[in-house]
Amino acid sequence: MELIARAAGAESLTAHLQRLGPMPALPSGALIAEVEASGLLGRGGAGFPVGRKWRAVAERAAGGAVVLANGAEGEPLSFKDRSLMTARPHLVIDGALLAARAVGASDIIFYVGAEHRTADAALRQALAERTGEVRGRTRIVAAQAGYVSGEESAAVHYVNAGDARPTSSPPRPFERGVGGRPTLVQNVESLALAALIARRGHAWYQGLGRGRARGIGLLTVSGAVNRAGVHEIELGATLSDAAAAAGGLRGDVRAVLLGGYFGGWADLHEQWGLPLDAPSMRARGLALGCGVVHFLPSDTCGVEATARFMTYLASQSARQCGPCVFGLSAIAGATQRLAAQSPQPGDLDRIVRWSGQLTGRGACHHPDGAAALMHSALQVFADDFAGHQRRRCLTISEPARVAVA
Amino acid sequence: MGEVLQIDRIRCDGHGLCAELVPELISLDDWGYPIIKPGNVPPSVVEHARRAVDACPVLALRLARTAALVAR
Ligand SMILES: Cc1cc2nc3c(=O)[nH]c(=O)nc-3n(C[C@H](O)[C@H](O)[C@H](O)COP(=O)(O)O)c2cc1C
Ligand code: SF4
Ligand code: SF4
Repeated sequence: MELIARAAGAESLTAHLQRLGPMPALPSGALIAEVEASGLLGRGGAGFPVGRKWRAVAERAAGGAVVLANGAEGEPLSFKDRSLMTARPHLVIDGALLAARAVGASDIIFYVGAEHRTADAALRQALAERTGEVRGRTRIVAAQAGYVSGEESAAVHYVNAGDARPTSSPPRPFERGVGGRPTLVQNVESLALAALIARRGHAWYQGLGRGRARGIGLLTVSGAVNRAGVHEIELGATLSDAAAAAGGLRGDVRAVLLGGYFGGWADLHEQWGLPLDAPSMRARGLALGCGVVHFLPSDTCGVEATARFMTYLASQSARQCGPCVFGLSAIAGATQRLAAQSPQPGDLDRIVRWSGQLTGRGACHHPDGAAALMHSALQVFADDFAGHQRRRCLTISEPARVAVA
Repeated sequence: MGEVLQIDRIRCDGHGLCAELVPELISLDDWGYPIIKPGNVPPSVVEHARRAVDACPVLALRLARTAALVAR
C-alpha cells in the first residue's frame, strides 16, 4: 500500500524517510517532465492531467506562485483525502514541496476541511517534524464545512477574503489566485502520487494498472458492502474488484453511484466489469471523479436516493447564480414530490427539461455536477421515475424484481 | 478561434434584456435567466451580441476570444 497504511496512526518523518528515501533533487523542468510522462490525472474530481497544470502555472509564475493543497473533501461519501492526510502526512507534504519547486512557488497552503480533525492534527504534527525553512513557508487553513468550499475559486476566495464562495472566472486561480499570484490548486491525493512519481520515475507509475489503465488510486467504497472504507487499487481494477476489496456486496444491489454526488448512477449488472479508471469511465459516459463507489441496496428506491442527494446539492448552492439557486432547488423539490409519490402533473417532464438546462450555467461547476447526477438517475431509474409520476413505487411494490449475480 | 459570448453568472440578475436583443443566441429559463447557445457566435449575429453586451444593466456579458483552457 503506497497511500494508506494498515497500521493505525500517522507515519513519522523517520519512518517515511526509511520507507521512501530522501526527496529527489530534480529541478523544476525535470519534475514537470516526470509527472507529465507518468500520465497522472487529478483526483479532486475533474481528472485533469497534473503535469500539464504544473506547466501552466510554472509558465506564469516567475517565482511567485502559490501551491494550495486541496484537502477540503466536502463530498459526503468521500473519506480518502482525510485518510491519506492522516496516514501519510509526509507524503502529502513532499508532494506539495515538489509541486512548489516545479511551479516556482514560495508559499504552500494546506486547505483542510475544518471537520477533518484527525487529518489536521496529523498534518500539524508532521509539519512540526520538518525544518524551520519548510514550516516558514507553509500554513494550514481550515476549510469551512460545505460541498462547494473545496471548489478551486472558493478555496482561493476563502484564503484571500474569508469568503468560501466561488468567484467568477476568468481569471482562474492558475492565472490569478492567492494574493493575486498564480496558484496551483491540487488535490492532496494528486500531490501524494506526484511525490511517489518524483522519487521512482514515471516508468514506475506507468508499470502499475490493469488492462490499458495506468497507475494507482484511492477509492471510498460504501453502501451495501461488508467493509465500507478507503481502498487503494490499481487503476483499471473493475467494479467487481472494488466490491471484493470492500468485503463483498451485502445483499442484493442493483445500482451504484460512481464519482460522488456530482458523479452518476450506473446499473450494476451492466457495469460489473467496468474498469475503474478515468479514461475508460469517460468513454462510457461515467466519471471516476474523486473515487467514490457507493452501492445502492435493491430494497432502496433509486428515486428516493436521488431525491436525497439532489436535496443536499441544492442546499449546498453558494446562492450566487440564478440557474444554480432556482434550478437546483426546483429539481430537488420535484424529485422529492416524486419520491413521496405525490407529484404534481408534469413533474417528471419538468425535471428532464430543467436538468438539461443546468450544465455550464453557474460560476462554478456545481450545477454541472447536479445535472450529471440527474441525467444518470433518469436513465438508470427510468422505470422508477415513470412509476413514481403515476404514484407507484416499483421497489416497494415489486421488491424481488432484481436479483444480483 | 472565434468569439464566444460569456456571462458572469454571479452578476447576472435575470433582467432578460439580452434575450430580447439577441434571440438568435439567448433564450430564458423558467426564472428569467439566460441560456446561451453553445459555441462561437456566428458572424451574422456578432453585431446583435455586441449590442446586448452594451445593454446589460449589470455588465454581466462579454464577447471573448476562444482560447485553450485548463479544466477544473
Ligand atoms: C462544487 C465543487 C466542489 C469541489 N470540492 C473539492 C474538494 O473538496 N477537494 C478537491 O480536491 N477538489 C474539489 N473540487 C475540484 C477543485 O475545483 C479542483 O479541480 C481540484 O482541487 C484540483 O485538483 P486535482 O487537479 O488534483 O484534482 C471541487 C469542485 C467543485 C465544482
Ligand atoms: S454555480 Fe452555484 S455553487 Fe457555484 S458559484 Fe454559482 S451559486 Fe455558487
Ligand atoms: S441582460 Fe444582463 S442581467 Fe439581464 S439576463 Fe442578460 S446577462 Fe443577465
